[in-house]
Order: sequence, then structure tokens, then C-alpha cells
Amino acid sequence: MNKKWIKLIDPLFMRTTMILAVSIVVLVVILLFSMTKQSMLSIHKFGLHFLFDSVWNPVTEKFGALPFIYGTFVSSVLALLIAVPISLGIAIYLSEIAPLWIRQFLGFMVELLAAIPSIIYGMWGIFVLSPFLREFVQPFLCKYFGFLPIFKGQFYGVGMMTAGIILSIMIIPTISSVSKDIFLSVPLDQREAAMALGATQWETIRLSVLKYAKTGVIGAIILGFGRAVGETMAVTMVIGNKPEIAISLFAPSYTIAALIANEFTEAVNDLYVSALIEMGLILFALTFALNIIAKLLIQSISGKLR
Amino acid sequence: MNIYKKRKIVNKIMITITVLCTLITLVPLISIFISVISKGILSINIDFFLNIPKPVGEPGGGMSNAIVGSLILIGLSCLWALPLAIFGGVYLAEFGNNKLGAIIRFTADVLSGVPSIIIGIFAYLFFVLPMKSFSAISGAFALGIIMLPIVMRTTEEMVKMVPNTLREASLALGISRFRTTISIVLKTAMPGIITGIMLAIARIAGETAPLLFTAFGNRFWHQGLDKPIAALPLQIFVYAISPFDDWHRQAWAGTLVLISMIFIINLISRKVMKSSYKIY
Repeated sequence: MNKKWIKLIDPLFMRTTMILAVSIVVLVVILLFSMTKQSMLSIHKFGLHFLFDSVWNPVTEKFGALPFIYGTFVSSVLALLIAVPISLGIAIYLSEIAPLWIRQFLGFMVELLAAIPSIIYGMWGIFVLSPFLREFVQPFLCKYFGFLPIFKGQFYGVGMMTAGIILSIMIIPTISSVSKDIFLSVPLDQREAAMALGATQWETIRLSVLKYAKTGVIGAIILGFGRAVGETMAVTMVIGNKPEIAISLFAPSYTIAALIANEFTEAVNDLYVSALIEMGLILFALTFALNIIAKLLIQSISGKLR
Repeated sequence: MNIYKKRKIVNKIMITITVLCTLITLVPLISIFISVISKGILSINIDFFLNIPKPVGEPGGGMSNAIVGSLILIGLSCLWALPLAIFGGVYLAEFGNNKLGAIIRFTADVLSGVPSIIIGIFAYLFFVLPMKSFSAISGAFALGIIMLPIVMRTTEEMVKMVPNTLREASLALGISRFRTTISIVLKTAMPGIITGIMLAIARIAGETAPLLFTAFGNRFWHQGLDKPIAALPLQIFVYAISPFDDWHRQAWAGTLVLISMIFIINLISRKVMKSSYKIY
């Protein structure tokens, strides 16, 4: 009796869990299929021009993605420029230099930064960061570095620069914690070898840790880039939402994610909705590619280390 | 002699720079906390928790509907996503050492990297379009999708940590694989899984983007699961970008409530993790 029962229930249990696990794959397939289907209208109408056209006018039904792709790209690159050196500094300090109790405490603080939701970064960006930038930082930059075209123009407070700074704060936890794990997985022998040759602490880090972990760190940076590209609420609140390609970092701009967030509920006709969904598809493809590359790079290094 | 000195100085400088990098990251963190707490405490009052929003332009009112709405949305998303994620994770850990398992793991990783705004579009196409109305269900669907990969992969890791000797002991007693998994393996892994679930809840509690065109928000008390529903982060967003000072005040109060909710959940989950006995 018992044997029969086991023969009956066990395969059934396995099948049930399998079906539940497979449902996640089904969901993603439906997601891709439905989004592609809904954006067909816009894909047929505009073709590749969609990517290179810089006019976005719902009234005349002219839709071009270029200003949004530009805004997404520049704000994310700006975020990386700020976040990468800082994150690597944190990762080195927390994995190589700091005493144990500081490691735990500061590690926890950086984790907190990751737990704060996007909307709260947005609130802080609107009411604290952007007035601060408008009153102090932007006039300063304009006065002393105004000969550079990126620091010219009106001080709005909201704009590309604010978005880049907010994004950099949001991706620091990602980049620093992934790089920290990679540094920690570098074998101790490596460090001991460098130290035995008389290297200073920094030389040890540079020669035996950073060099060894390079691929993985690039992976961590790409992962951070992917996060920045897909970030929505905080950026929507501080970037100014103006579809223009301006050289100045003070000028307002617009990202793909912010566009979808702002206009999706307002889109009334089919072509408009379809164009917005095509934007979503572009964003999906972009983050998908970045995440895969990042994952492969990070895996290649941890595979090498194990 | 000179070169040694130079190397020592470079060493000092670089190490100082790494310390500075760490300290500079704390500046925005502390600034966010100070502004949320100081502005939040000044703005929060009993009305905030008891009242629904007043008509536009009229000062006062609160966000009770949004707080309850958020709880409803979180509850609904747990209801559909948790069973899927937990048993999916069990499959990956116990039977998933094959090609299908690899595909599922890959999909879960892809899904956890998808920007949440795209999940919102998907939920819109899946629920809002056919039902022809923004609804609590569609919002919960979007939030659940965000939970799925997080809980699934944590469950997998936690179940994998359960030592094989426990499984073998149970199977040797003639107990079915089914009972072994439910009563022995899952029970042992439970504290870790609960931690994962709580972190996932903390994550979706603050999600705004996927709710914009699914739950949509509502200025009134909730009217049913097939109708638009208010959510705390959505309400904060609408109030923050409005031109009214009184709404800004309430947005700060909402931010304080939201951040406290998220940190309390985070702290409890750490407690749960610590209280679990060592199984490895």
C-alpha cells in the first residue's frame, strides 16, 4: 500500500513543481510575444527610422526614439563616470583594508543604499539635490569650467546632471558589492606572493587583486550600466522630461523609461501606444544584452577562481 | 632610498582615497535619512493615517487609502507569486539538475534584470487591455512578477543548503519524496526562504513604475479588486510632482512611512536569518 502510494505521489509531486517552475518561462515568453505583437504597428510604420528620428510629436503622430536613446545613454554613462571609481574604492577598502567590524558596519550601510526605493531617491532629488546643484554646484562649474560646452547654459536644477548623480548613487551598491565579492574570491596566495616580494599594501592590491579580477570588475560595471539604463522613477522626477539633444549637462533631457512612465497613460491612439511599447522593447533588448554580457564576464572570473 | 619613500607615499595616498570613496558614499545616505526623517516628522500627523485625500486644492487629508491599498497589493501578489516561486525553487534545487533547470534559471535571471517599468507594460497588456480598466489585480500581477525570480532563486539556494544526510535519513525510513521535501527539507530551509520572501516584499513595497498604468492610483477608498487602487509609492509620486505645498508635505510624510515599513521588514528578515539554526 505504502509503496504504491509513493509510486503515485512522487512523480506527481515532481511534475507539479516542474509545471510551477516552467510557468516563469511561459510568462517571459508571453511578455516578449505580447510586446512584440503590440509594437508591430509602429515597427511597420517607421521601420529603422524610428531609432534615428529625433522628433517626438504625438499630435502629428511622428515618433522618433533618438532623443530618448541619447538621454538614456548619456545619463547612464555619466552615472558610471561617477560611480565606478567610488564603487571600486569602496570594494577595495571593504575587502582588503578595513578591519572586520568596519567591514560589517559599512557593508550594511551600503546595503541600505540599495534598499531605498527609487521613488524616495526621486523625492530627495527634487527637494534636496536639485536645489543644491542649482544654487551652489552649477554656478561654480559654470564660473570656473564654463569654457567647456557641457557646463554652459541656464541653471534649472533638474536635468541631465542631476539625473546622472542620482543614478550614480543608485548603482554604487550594485557595482561595489559585486566587485567586493570578486576581490574576496581572489586566492590569498596571490596576495602573499606579492607581499613576500616586498610590495606595499597598495601594490599588492594593484598587482595581485585588481589585475586578477579585471574581467569580473568589467562585468560588475556593465551590470551597473544595465541598472542605470532601466531606472525609471527617480530619473523621471529629476531629468526635466524634455526630448532634446543638448550638449550641456545642465539642460533637461529625457530617457526611454521616463517617457514610458509619463506618457503611457496619456496615449490615446493605437500608433502612439504602439510606439511607446516599441520603446519598451528597445529598453528590454538593451538591458537584456547588458545583463547577459555582465553575467558571462562575472561567471568567467569566478569559474577561473574556483 | 628615494624610491622606497615614493612607494610608501603612493601607498598612503591610494589607501586614503579608498577610505574617502567609502565616506563619500555615506553623504547621500545620511542626507536622505536626515531629510526624510526631519521633513517627514514635521509633516506626519494622525490625519495622515486616518483620512483619505481631500479634493484638489483643499488642504489636509491623508493617505490611509494608499497605505491600505499598498497592503492589499502586496497581499495579492504574495498570494499568486509565492506558491509558484517556492515550488519552482524546490524543483530547481531537487530535480533541476538538467537542461530544463538551466533554462528556468536563465529565465529567472533575465526576469530579475528586466526594468520594472517593462513589467508594468506587460501587466497592462495582459490585464488592463482585456479588462478595459486599471485594476488592483493587474497591479498585483506586476508586483508578483517582480517577486517571482527573487523568491525562486533564494528558495533554490536555501533548499540546496539542506544536507543530503537529512533527505537520506528520511527516505531510508520509507517516507515518500513528497513528504520528505515538504516536512523535512522545506521545514529546515524555511527561515532562509522567509528571509528571501521578506526582502522581496520590501522590494515591491517601494515599486512605483509598474503600478503607474496597472493599479493607477485612486483618491478614494478602494472599491474592489477590478477597480483602480491607491498605493503609497504612487501617491507619493503624484504629490511630489504636484505644485501644492501641502501635497509636498504629505509626500514627505508618505516617504517616512514607506521607508520605515521597508526598514522594519529588512530588520525582521535579518532577525529571522540569525535565529535559524546552522544547517551547514
